[in-house]
Amino acid sequence: MTAALSIQGLVKTYDNGFEALKGINLNVQEGDFFALLGPNGAGKSTTIGVLCSLVRKSSGTVRIFDADIDADFPKAKQYLGIVPQEFNFNQWEKVADICVTQGGYYGLPLALAKERAEKYLRLLGLWEKRDGRARALSGGMKRRLMIARALVHNPKLLILDEPTAGVDIELRRSMWEFLRKINAEGTTIILTTHYLEEAESLCRNIAIIDHGRIVRNTNMKELLRELDRETFIFDVQEKLDSAPKLDGYETTLVDEHSFQTEVKKGQALNQIFTMLDNQSIHIQSMRNKANRLEELFVGMVEAGKHDDQEKPE
Amino acid sequence: MSPNDQWVAFQTIVVKEIRRFTRIWTQTLLPPVITMVLYFVIFGSLIGRRIGEMEGLDYVSFVAPGLIMMSVLTNSYTNVVSSFFGSKFSRCIEELLVSPTPNYVILLGFVIGGVSRGLIVGVFVTLTSLFFTDMQIHNLPIVIVTVFLTSVLFAVAGLVNGVFARNFDDVNIVPTFVLTPLTYLGGIFYSINMLPDFWQGVSKFNPILYMVNAFRYGFLGISDVNVVLALCMILVLIAVFTVFALYLLKNAKGLRA
Repeated sequence: MTAALSIQGLVKTYDNGFEALKGINLNVQEGDFFALLGPNGAGKSTTIGVLCSLVRKSSGTVRIFDADIDADFPKAKQYLGIVPQEFNFNQWEKVADICVTQGGYYGLPLALAKERAEKYLRLLGLWEKRDGRARALSGGMKRRLMIARALVHNPKLLILDEPTAGVDIELRRSMWEFLRKINAEGTTIILTTHYLEEAESLCRNIAIIDHGRIVRNTNMKELLRELDRETFIFDVQEKLDSAPKLDGYETTLVDEHSFQTEVKKGQALNQIFTMLDNQSIHIQSMRNKANRLEELFVGMVEAGKHDDQEKPE
Repeated sequence: MSPNDQWVAFQTIVVKEIRRFTRIWTQTLLPPVITMVLYFVIFGSLIGRRIGEMEGLDYVSFVAPGLIMMSVLTNSYTNVVSSFFGSKFSRCIEELLVSPTPNYVILLGFVIGGVSRGLIVGVFVTLTSLFFTDMQIHNLPIVIVTVFLTSVLFAVAGLVNGVFARNFDDVNIVPTFVLTPLTYLGGIFYSINMLPDFWQGVSKFNPILYMVNAFRYGFLGISDVNVVLALCMILVLIAVFTVFALYLLKNAKGLRA
């Protein structure tokens, strides 16, 4: 399978001496839906900046499909569509003009650029707004406009830097559907997000970046299998004075109608149901306390901090 | 990017630039015309009559080419500096920087955008001047070449300023403290032959003097400087600023980290 993105030994040291990337190695296969996660300041945006030429790398090699950015950056850019974290379009321009102009920057003749702009504005529910100024759009619409703009030249690799930040749940889910659709049609997608539910739901592979290094790069399912415990919250019909006692499980009262318990790998939820049934406690609903990926992610980042503190000066 | 794709990208930038300044025509096209009407009223009808002749011509006829040139060069410059810095400030310049459009196409697109505004304003001011004086044309090719090259030069210089500018104050520093004094001392309102020898010598270090005089020669057939030398100097300055602008587009910290 062809690599959509291949990064080897990528280093970025800023003029003030700050080493944002400390030798990143990363491969994303064609057709993948890939999550690049990390806490704020970990190096995600710097990595994306290098890919789209807004940040100059200090060393290392980057290939986007068959184009090395040192040898033929314009070709590499043709493959790439970027949806940045912050709005970076002219707010005074008309919505359609923003997409058509972007097409022109990639050499698309006007008629084709207009056709593509219409296609993506319709798909993203913005066609009715095409003649309005971009500044009049809501935050969610502006995010969708940036996605439409990034797709106008039909990139083979789409990079989305926190595309659903500040977007309401309904809209976020419709954006997920859209991204799934274009991924299924062949566009490779790299996603950075702080909504780990989003990464878990959409992405097949994942890399976690922290302090300028890739700390994990694996398959999403494998990563989730590493989770050795999960915390569940049970909502019950009965009023509880204290958390029910369950042999082999540690329980904590959350409020008078719910309690939480930690379920370790190998333990079965059926045992909990049986024990609660024996105590005539009826479960109304249950849910994960936190997203599974979030639990892993927080654990890794915390471990990273701990390692840093223990490093000798 | 193929030459055809580059041509499309160039057209796109030019159209975007023209759309920008025509959208805000009350800020970009109207004010220079009003300013020039005031100049013509004051120097033509009010003060001009008392000044009498300059180099054998009515004062208003003498200053008209310089006033047209002043409006062309300031508008070419300010269009590019404000558009480029505005794009940088709002980060929409990133749309261009992440695209495969080569830097020279970006430069050319912004410059032709600036030249378009400069020349449109120039045409409006020329038409306005007809209400105050009978414009004659001594050498049309010299008029066209001089105004075009000067407009290009100031548009390129505007882009250099736009790349360097870190805030809106930086956008105004050069026009206020460099461009305006050089323009006013560039022989628009007087012939340097009126000056003492020393100040004549000093004036010859002012590049705008050459542009104004070459332009005036095209209209009136009189000039304080050698017209060929003036055109050569404009070409050399364009070359120098172009190389510098391309260097900045590739390396400037304000554009790429």
